[in-house]
Amino acid sequence: MSETMREIEELTDAAYEFGFSTDLDTDVAPPGLDEDIVRLISAKKDEPEWLLDWRLQAFAAWKTMDEPDWAKLDIAPIDYEAISYWAAPKKKPVLESMDEVDPEIREMFDKLGIPLHEQKMLSNVAVDAIVDSVSVTTTFKETLAEAGVIFCSFSEAVQDHPDLVREHLGSVVPVRDNFFAALNSAVFSDGSFCYIPKGVRCPMELSTYFRINSQNTGQFERTLIVAEDDSHVSYLEGCTAPQRDENQLHAAVVELVAKDRAEIKYSTVQNWYPGDENGLGGIYNFVTKRGRAHTDAKISWTQVETGSAITWKYPSVILQGDRSVGEFYSVALSSKRQQADTGTKMIHIGADTTSSIISKGISAGHGQNTYRGLVKVMRSADNARNYTQCDSLLLGKDCGAHTVPYIEVKNPGAQIEHEASTSTVGEDQLYYCRQRGMTEEDAMSMIVNGFCREVFNELPMEFAVEAQRLLSVSLEGSVG
Amino acid sequence: MLHVKNLTAAIGDKQILKGLDLDVGDGEVHAIMGPNGSGKSTFAHALAGRDGYEIAGEATLDGADLLDMEPEERAAAGVFMGFQYPVEIPGVNNMYFLRTALNSVRKARGETEVGARNFLQIAHEAMELVDMNEDFLNRAVNAGFSGGEKKRNEILQMAVMQPRLAILDETDSGLDIDALRVIAGGVNALRGPDRSMIVITHYQRLLDYIKPDFVHVLVGGRIVESGDYTLALHLEDHGYADFVNTDLNDAPERPLTGAPS
Repeated sequence: MSETMREIEELTDAAYEFGFSTDLDTDVAPPGLDEDIVRLISAKKDEPEWLLDWRLQAFAAWKTMDEPDWAKLDIAPIDYEAISYWAAPKKKPVLESMDEVDPEIREMFDKLGIPLHEQKMLSNVAVDAIVDSVSVTTTFKETLAEAGVIFCSFSEAVQDHPDLVREHLGSVVPVRDNFFAALNSAVFSDGSFCYIPKGVRCPMELSTYFRINSQNTGQFERTLIVAEDDSHVSYLEGCTAPQRDENQLHAAVVELVAKDRAEIKYSTVQNWYPGDENGLGGIYNFVTKRGRAHTDAKISWTQVETGSAITWKYPSVILQGDRSVGEFYSVALSSKRQQADTGTKMIHIGADTTSSIISKGISAGHGQNTYRGLVKVMRSADNARNYTQCDSLLLGKDCGAHTVPYIEVKNPGAQIEHEASTSTVGEDQLYYCRQRGMTEEDAMSMIVNGFCREVFNELPMEFAVEAQRLLSVSLEGSVG
Repeated sequence: MLHVKNLTAAIGDKQILKGLDLDVGDGEVHAIMGPNGSGKSTFAHALAGRDGYEIAGEATLDGADLLDMEPEERAAAGVFMGFQYPVEIPGVNNMYFLRTALNSVRKARGETEVGARNFLQIAHEAMELVDMNEDFLNRAVNAGFSGGEKKRNEILQMAVMQPRLAILDETDSGLDIDALRVIAGGVNALRGPDRSMIVITHYQRLLDYIKPDFVHVLVGGRIVESGDYTLALHLEDHGYADFVNTDLNDAPERPLTGAPS
């Protein structure tokens, strides 16, 4: 093995930084899933009848469905009866200020570097923090309320804004959309809700941090963002989980509704526990994310995926209104034994709709990284345009990169471009950097970050810094 | 400052350097000329520490054993190499690269790192030397650069790094006469009593602009002749034929001026 190869192996062999677990007193339902559990969840949350009916409908649909098997993922069978579908920290928090947050939870968030405390007010980030299944606290509610923005946990939204929730829940991702979306619809525990009124530009970045803490629990959050005409919002979610030997299931649904001329920018930094180098443990991440863009609206997905043992995720845009715009920027890193099958779907329905896809896949160790993307142009979508660029970077010889683009065009006026490249970090690049005094590790990190530049440029500033750091840490050997 | 004795380099069975001797004193500029395949670039890479060669012999810089060091340690010791083919690094901002390079060697030497504002001043001074404008710093390292821009970028890096020993590997290749003048101007401005240079070139042309103190002819992995600047002029007129496949004793008469190093 050459020196560089060995270096790459060391670099990609970093230990998981967020692998601590916090000793919280937790209220957990017995494992297994049946109608009673669905009713229990709904009752625990004191939900209205219509929502229980909606859940039961989803549960009935789920029972008739099979797990999707078309992705290039090798997954050990999931025992849905062994999972607990409800876990909540016992002190159900009804909080007026940060000081009331359980100190242990606060300490956990401090470890994660999450801006919950006062000094972070300067960073202008409003945070909804979700531990296991329950939203613990939402900061900056007042500042947002002045602008008319609603940003709260999903449960609160169900109580306080039932009409808004009822109107939009399932409008983008219907209950029978797919196996995991149906499961989520039946058992979702909490999540975030965000509503931007007409003409309002949300005064700050909104942010959700997800954390799976309890053992043997699944996490099923539901995020719903509604941006009314001429509004604008930028939203970020971050995810971590403790290090555990067994796999944990995460099946989330995110729905975005961008009304006329509205803009939603949704950024994700996903760092769930990836499992160890032998493939033991790690999060199974099955996520359905989709947005509907009305006339002249724009939806932009940016994701940096460095975690999870399994990633199954295709943030999509339905370009329904004329001149609507969909964007997808993605960095997906698979190292150790991680497998990622991720990409996007751009469904062009309106005329003069535009979509662009920039996907950067990095494979290292024994990682397998697949880009799977659909560009679909319906008959109605005159002058639709798509540009797709898929770049893969291979670090080492035991990993794999795969690109599976699907293009379906039913309108002859469409313009579709697809570019793809596969490369590796060259010995000559490393040598060049080292001759300029950089260590091999720093050089590797710099080159890989450069490869991801186009995507990082799309992230809000402070999260771009975090993403870079995360990528470096994920590639670092000296830490482990 | 640089002492090279009986240096050999091989790739697999192929012996490229076959016992090279060279001494470079403080502030001296040495030109190394030779035909294709004579081992000029290999010599440069052997000093800079590229992987893949089997190296033996001695090479010390200010008494420190270069051959025992990683490439980045050699850089910290003051070795800078101007590449014949500068490498592209897409997505990495040129300015960021330069600052990381400078701070890496400073850190390795136990010096304080240079902050963004001070660095900008250093970069601007360096840019003037090679006639570059601001947007150059904001482009990705060598990506989409013309041949001339890449070479200017190498000299810019050298100006920022302020090395003890600069090895310029065919810095003149692929340059038009105007670019050559700019680059030579930059190199000359960086000459000084504490900095030595090894200038590797095929052609005497570069040496019209960068006047070397000594000229060496490298053929078949050895230095076969050393002299002063006039040796370069002789090569320009007669080519390397005198030195290739010929025993040196049979070489034709030519005026011998200047002392070999």
